[in-house]
Amino acid sequence: MELPHVVLVTVVAESVLEHRLVRDLRDVGAHGWTITDARGRGSRGVRADEFEGDNVRLETLVTQEMADRFLAVLARDYFPLYAVVAWTTPAAVVRPDKYA
Amino acid sequence: METWSLAWTNLTSPPVLAFVLGLMATLIGSDLRLPEPVYQLLTVYLLLGIGIKGGVALRAAPPGEVLGPVLATLVLGVVIPVLAFWVLRVGTRLGPVDRAAVSAHYGSTSLVTFTAATVFFTSSGVSYEGFVTTLLAVLEVPAIVIGLLLAGRHTARSASWGESLREVLTGRSVVLLVGGLLIGFVTGAGGYERVQPFFGDMFTGVLTLFLLEMGVIAARRLRDLPQAGFGLVVFALVFPIFAGVLGISAGLVSGLSIGGAATLGVLAASASYIAAPAAVRLALPEANPGYYLTASLGITFPFNLILGIPLYLAIAERLGG
Repeated sequence: MELPHVVLVTVVAESVLEHRLVRDLRDVGAHGWTITDARGRGSRGVRADEFEGDNVRLETLVTQEMADRFLAVLARDYFPLYAVVAWTTPAAVVRPDKYA
Repeated sequence: METWSLAWTNLTSPPVLAFVLGLMATLIGSDLRLPEPVYQLLTVYLLLGIGIKGGVALRAAPPGEVLGPVLATLVLGVVIPVLAFWVLRVGTRLGPVDRAAVSAHYGSTSLVTFTAATVFFTSSGVSYEGFVTTLLAVLEVPAIVIGLLLAGRHTARSASWGESLREVLTGRSVVLLVGGLLIGFVTGAGGYERVQPFFGDMFTGVLTLFLLEMGVIAARRLRDLPQAGFGLVVFALVFPIFAGVLGISAGLVSGLSIGGAATLGVLAASASYIAAPAAVRLALPEANPGYYLTASLGITFPFNLILGIPLYLAIAERLGG
């Protein structure tokens, strides 16, 4: 069965950024997302919040256009200042209008 | 000499020894760690317990006795971070944003150091005003605001400290502390009787467990020590003593007892590493946690816990006696 495609955007960031990321994600029009706790290491190697857990992993299914806008926000407001990585993968879904 | 025996008693108490154990275990590479949810629970317990007990004492205290110390604490909350900012400028090569971040931490206060101090004072028979928890709550926030203001002109993020302030005021620390104070105030000594076995008798034991984990965390921060630089290390050891003396003096002048003044000294000398780091990370991302957290958590906290608390008591006795 040929399923329509959307974009899965995954962001791993320091946990203090969770609220801000969700707010920015909402602003580009995403309708939903999933957040899990994560830990690991990156090139920056700095953490300021031992007490809330190391990182969060944010995943969201969005259209290509929303993904582009969100990544632009990340590149402008987050990458220069915080420990954040993000990537996209194509995802096949059954209900594409849910994510538009 | 009384002071030395008190210092020894502090050093050989279960909470402090557990801290040392956590520290040593991590330095030799052990994977000792409390599970995260357990650690979170202990934090809630300590914050709520401290708050409730403080609230009960606050209700019983005459307002005239409380007002002076509260005002003195507010003044400390403004003066200490400004002083720290200036001292760092003179004694280290840190830039203004890093200095502002460190100042925010040192002007604010450490709940855990406060808790350890009150437990130590009680077990040593030193009496202090129970409402000092109110002073803890008062000192938490202003310094963070001051620190962010001090950074103001030098930081790329503008007007983000509304967000930081919200983060601090709605964060667990402040909500549980202030909420606990309210609960204690409303329920009073009679209501507290019903939870006394939980929040009273078990308190030192829980603190012991908590400090074990704190030792682990502090040791991990010590790994950033080379990055901190000599000036900052000296600051982290000497400034607390200076701030402590300021706190003790302010306490004595505003009418606190020797124990109460010593407690205010502990509050003034301690540096935050729960409320402040998150706020600072959001508002001042250019500041390096390798400076402010290493200083506050890796150096000042162990120093205050092991040496500072008995020292501030001795100074308070000397000045107030």
